[in-house]
Amino acid sequence: MATDASYGNALAGGAQTAPSRTALQIVHEWVTTVDHKKIGLMYIVSALLFLVVAGIEALLMRIQLAVPNNTAVSPEAFNRLFTMHGTTMVFFVGMPILFGFGNYLIPLMIGARDMAFPRLNAFSFWCTFFGGILLYLSYVAGSGLAGAGTAPDVGWWAYAPLTAAPFSPGHSTDYWTLSVLLSGISSIGSAINIVATVVSMRCPGMKLTRMPLLVWLYTVMSMLVFVTVSPLTAAQIMLMFDRYLGSHFFDTQAGGSAVLWMHFFWIFGHPEVYVLILPAFAFANEIIPVFSRKAIFGYPAMVAASVGIGFVSLSVWAHHMFTVGMSAGSNTFFVLATMAVGVPTGIKIFNWLATIWGGRIQFTTAMLFSIGFLFQFLVAGLTGIMLASAPFDWQLGNSYFVVAHFHYVLVGAILFMLFAAFYYWYPKMTGRMMSEKIGKWHFWLFLIGFHITFDLMHIPGILGMPRRIYTYEADRGWMIWNLIISGGAAIQAIATIVFVYNLVWSFFKGKVAGPDPWDAWTLEWAAASPPPPYNFPQTPVVESRRPLWDIKHPEDADAYYE
Amino acid sequence: MATSQYGLLTQQPLEPWELPSRGVVGMLCLILAEAAIFLIFVVAYIFYEGKSLSGPTPAEVLKIPIFSTICLLSSSITVHFAAHALKHNKTRQTSAWLAATVALGTIFIAWTGMEWYELIYKEGLTIKTNLFGTTYYSLVGLHATHVVVGLLMLSLSLAFSLLGWQTEKHYNRLEVLSLYWHFVDAVWVVVFLVVYVFGR
Amino acid sequence: MLVLLIDSANLPQVIHGPTSIFSPAGTPAHSIFSLSMLVLAVTFCVFLIVASLLTYAIIRFREGRYKGEAEEPPQIYGSNQIELSWTVIPILIVVMLFLASARVIFTTQDATKPASSLDVVVVGHQFWWEYRYPKYGIVTANELHVPVSDSKNPEPTFLTLTSADTDHSFWVPRLAGKTDLIPNRVNSMWIDPPDAGIYLGQCAQYCGVQHAKMLIRVYADTPSQFEQWIKDQQKPAVQDASKQEGREVFEHNACISCHTIQGTVATGTFGPNLTHLASRDTIASGSVPLNAKNLREFIDNPAHFKPGVLMPSMHLSNHDLDAVTAYLMSLK
Ligand code: HEA
Ligand code: HEA
Ligand code: HEC
Ligand code: CUA
Ligand SMILES: [Cu+2]
Repeated sequence: MATDASYGNALAGGAQTAPSRTALQIVHEWVTTVDHKKIGLMYIVSALLFLVVAGIEALLMRIQLAVPNNTAVSPEAFNRLFTMHGTTMVFFVGMPILFGFGNYLIPLMIGARDMAFPRLNAFSFWCTFFGGILLYLSYVAGSGLAGAGTAPDVGWWAYAPLTAAPFSPGHSTDYWTLSVLLSGISSIGSAINIVATVVSMRCPGMKLTRMPLLVWLYTVMSMLVFVTVSPLTAAQIMLMFDRYLGSHFFDTQAGGSAVLWMHFFWIFGHPEVYVLILPAFAFANEIIPVFSRKAIFGYPAMVAASVGIGFVSLSVWAHHMFTVGMSAGSNTFFVLATMAVGVPTGIKIFNWLATIWGGRIQFTTAMLFSIGFLFQFLVAGLTGIMLASAPFDWQLGNSYFVVAHFHYVLVGAILFMLFAAFYYWYPKMTGRMMSEKIGKWHFWLFLIGFHITFDLMHIPGILGMPRRIYTYEADRGWMIWNLIISGGAAIQAIATIVFVYNLVWSFFKGKVAGPDPWDAWTLEWAAASPPPPYNFPQTPVVESRRPLWDIKHPEDADAYYE
Repeated sequence: MATSQYGLLTQQPLEPWELPSRGVVGMLCLILAEAAIFLIFVVAYIFYEGKSLSGPTPAEVLKIPIFSTICLLSSSITVHFAAHALKHNKTRQTSAWLAATVALGTIFIAWTGMEWYELIYKEGLTIKTNLFGTTYYSLVGLHATHVVVGLLMLSLSLAFSLLGWQTEKHYNRLEVLSLYWHFVDAVWVVVFLVVYVFGR
Repeated sequence: MLVLLIDSANLPQVIHGPTSIFSPAGTPAHSIFSLSMLVLAVTFCVFLIVASLLTYAIIRFREGRYKGEAEEPPQIYGSNQIELSWTVIPILIVVMLFLASARVIFTTQDATKPASSLDVVVVGHQFWWEYRYPKYGIVTANELHVPVSDSKNPEPTFLTLTSADTDHSFWVPRLAGKTDLIPNRVNSMWIDPPDAGIYLGQCAQYCGVQHAKMLIRVYADTPSQFEQWIKDQQKPAVQDASKQEGREVFEHNACISCHTIQGTVATGTFGPNLTHLASRDTIASGSVPLNAKNLREFIDNPAHFKPGVLMPSMHLSNHDLDAVTAYLMSLK
């Protein structure tokens, strides 16, 4: 049996000592890099910056909503806040951070030296990054350089005809379309890169049936990007034609249809949420087995379920439109299609459960976040089922119940899995462990803040509180809930500060990790931490799904069972 | 070095290991994404058919572009021959076929230009006029943009070929480009049917 | 069936309120409510089962219980039988929930319209509601009057919904689910409040700056009240000679280009119809109660109560303001 050291050294190459360089040289190196790891890190760091910005926007909204008839921010400012918060979180936090992890991990996991198209990769990153910057430039330049600046205030769906020139004069909406368009181009570029890498760059022996589940899910996610982000891109082009060339796609005064935009947006928007959740599932598929010390249960079922989710999710978009007055027949169809997604998703939950079952669960911070994810995703999925029942949605739609549902997924599932991913792969990326002690603080604080905020948020929804209102009447019985919810948001902010502190502290003071701190099984742990630019000195060859397991346990190797 | 029978350090791949070209895979992905974009424009066109509040209508102003369609479709064949010739390193033939492709594509785009000129100045139909103008110019324009991009790439390839810089080794690139060109042609078939045949 | 026994009265008190979806009044809201209880019960059971299994596994298989055992646990790769069972059971649940939902969808959306029903056209504006009663020739704003309707005397109100500008959504949680008002499109919904009283709600589709203050008040009137209300509304505007000065101020300002007052030169339609303004309880779509003080403040500076409102300030002199306020207050 090979010892840790022998396979580590064999594939990781010797330690490298970098000659000291000036700051300018370092910046130059990062700006011009085409290395998938550096690009991945840049994605992650830029997404974290935007997370803090959008998080602060959320805090401002929560301050305003804490008590009725509050005047902390003006109505106009509030409308900009939720638009910017939603847009930033989805397009400039969610997408980039997931692509960041994908970029970093996929080549390492399939034993490749880089992504298929390194330059396209760099192009995609800079597109997203400048798209985000452009979005925020609107705050100073939204009404043209002469006028006072305004950020877009049309909501993250930008429903027509609110975006038409008569209703949103000035340039704020143009900033919105342009930056979302940039983000879309970037996503399509990244997705092309991921698929091409997975199809064409796998190391010898890495059959499709041996790929880590993370790689599988990223592939499914990328395929979804092609068929969903493209419609958004098309719709943005139409909107720009409307605004700049005077065409009438969404101009209701010239016979255009407001509902058409809704369809186009949600044909993108619904699968988009699965684009966001699939990478979170992907992290769970790697992290949960390692800390349960068991192989993932039902690998083929997991792959099939992901592909199934991908397909079904293409036919459910109109569940966001149950209240626009579709025929009873269409509503019924979309109820069925939407609820059907629960089946493959359930398969995933049950397989994770079965993976834990009979294991030896190690409660590292990464695992704690994953456990939180399991429970929270379960709840979020079930509130999704409630919304999917169209008549129930006629009541709940556009209320705070929906806001609670989707934050339960976006924060309780995706953000939790992202935190788990940070704790799990940080050692690989920096060579140092994150502090488990600070990590536990982070976990418990965030968990408490999360539940105070988003559990209670269902209640004002049931009590009839619509979303996107800058203030509310005092006599509705919503106040007490909103007050506590805002308190929970503050706890989340503190937890986020603890997390950022942990990132920085561990970078300098964390325990040195070595190549394989978690005693894990996939290829990335065979490379040095952090991996050298070429990843592996020799191209690895694999013979099973868990190559490192086989080395550590030759008597019980996976390869025997294939 | 540690070697185990089952493990990643085995040096010899146990079976021959060959994967598809990443260029082709990348292009197929791009085509999938582009197809989705076109689909949305086509849906918008069909959705708004006959919903314009004012004229002119497609039946009044559109003529079926048979000649240019034949040109564009045959350019798919010529580009195929160009790639085929390059595979066998017949560079002279490659240049000839590429030149033919560029010429056919140019005829197509010139015809579109003329059509637009007539529509705008004779019929007074612009993108602002009505929903037909809006959807027509967007859909046909989107396709024309793709033709122009393709023509630029093809011309570049032709130039390289004439200069003798393009050899057998670059077959893969020309193959990728020809995939794109086939896609542009296929889209035209859809646009042609939707706009000129069923839409009139 | 157990679910049907759950009456809204048995729910904990916190879940009730003036706009709670769990205090239904009327058929559409009630059928949604029963469906919600079924969906809640089923999803709660799913939650209970899955969450208990997870909790059990996490406690039972924690590492601490295996201290000192160096071995890794046995590796299990999967089982097709188990996969099959947890595919089939959810499918059955989904089919059940789907059928229950479909029933309510069809009974609500495709309900037949009794001859006794009332028709009201609702037009959404940024940021107020216009209500037209075609049969009675009435146009009013912001406060919707409908007759109560009970099983002996069914008199449901059918709303025809459209919009003059952007999307809106009509939502009175205790009466029915919401339906959007979309420009260039006509939607419909119906309500049948069983008890007299005021039902509150508000616009539920983001429609611009003042989406938050686009409130709805539905007055369910007894048959006699309703008849009286109709009669009052059908009259032309009150002509009170002592308020003549205010009327002149109104007619000589831009007010008339946006507002209608029946029997005067004012025929604008951009803003609410003011013919019987003083018969309403609130102004600016429910933002503030209607009284002379609030009205004067509103006309002086509409953005005071409702920043972003589409009515500009006319910069009237104090004198004119008083006059116009007095005039409008007389429009019973
Ligand atoms: C990553 C994000 C994510 C994910 C994964 C989901 C998952 C689901 N969502 Fe959600 N959703 C959003 C993000 C997400 N959603 C967002 C952002 C919005 C609002 C956007 C906006 O308006 O701004 C939204 C809005 C939204 C609506 C529209 C509400 C409205 O505006 O009126 C609906 C309605 O059907 C819905 C349903 C569902 C369903 C059925 C699922 C399902 O996929 C859930 C499936 C999971 C389970 C069911 C749990 C596990 C299964 C089992 C344990 C098996 C057994 C269970 C059964 C058989 C029931 N979602
Ligand atoms: C990934 C997506 C994501 C994430 C993570 C979040 C996170 C949060 N969101 Fe949001 N949200 C959306 C996506 C997301 N949201 C979307 C798509 C919408 C719809 C928009 C629309 O309607 O158009 C929305 C809308 C939305 C609303 C509804 C607004 C409305 O309808 O009027 C609210 C209200 O409470 C809210 C709150 C929060 C809170 C409290 C968090 C918290 O979890 C945030 C926690 C993080 C922090 C608090 C940051 C930490 C801050 C620091 C470390 C800095 C500290 C320094 C200083 C204070 C100086 N979000
Ligand atoms: C540019 C158009 C415009 C002009 C001019 C205008 N209004 Fe208005 N008015 C509106 C609009 C729009 C509303 C609805 C405001 C809201 O609730 O959002 C309104 C609301 C009102 C209301 C409250 C009605 C209700 O039922 O809530 C009153 C009273 C009123 N206006 C009086 C006046 C008077 C008096 C003048 C002239 C001095 C005037 N308006 C001039 C557009 C106008
Ligand atoms: Cu009208 Cu919101
Ligand atoms: Cu959805």
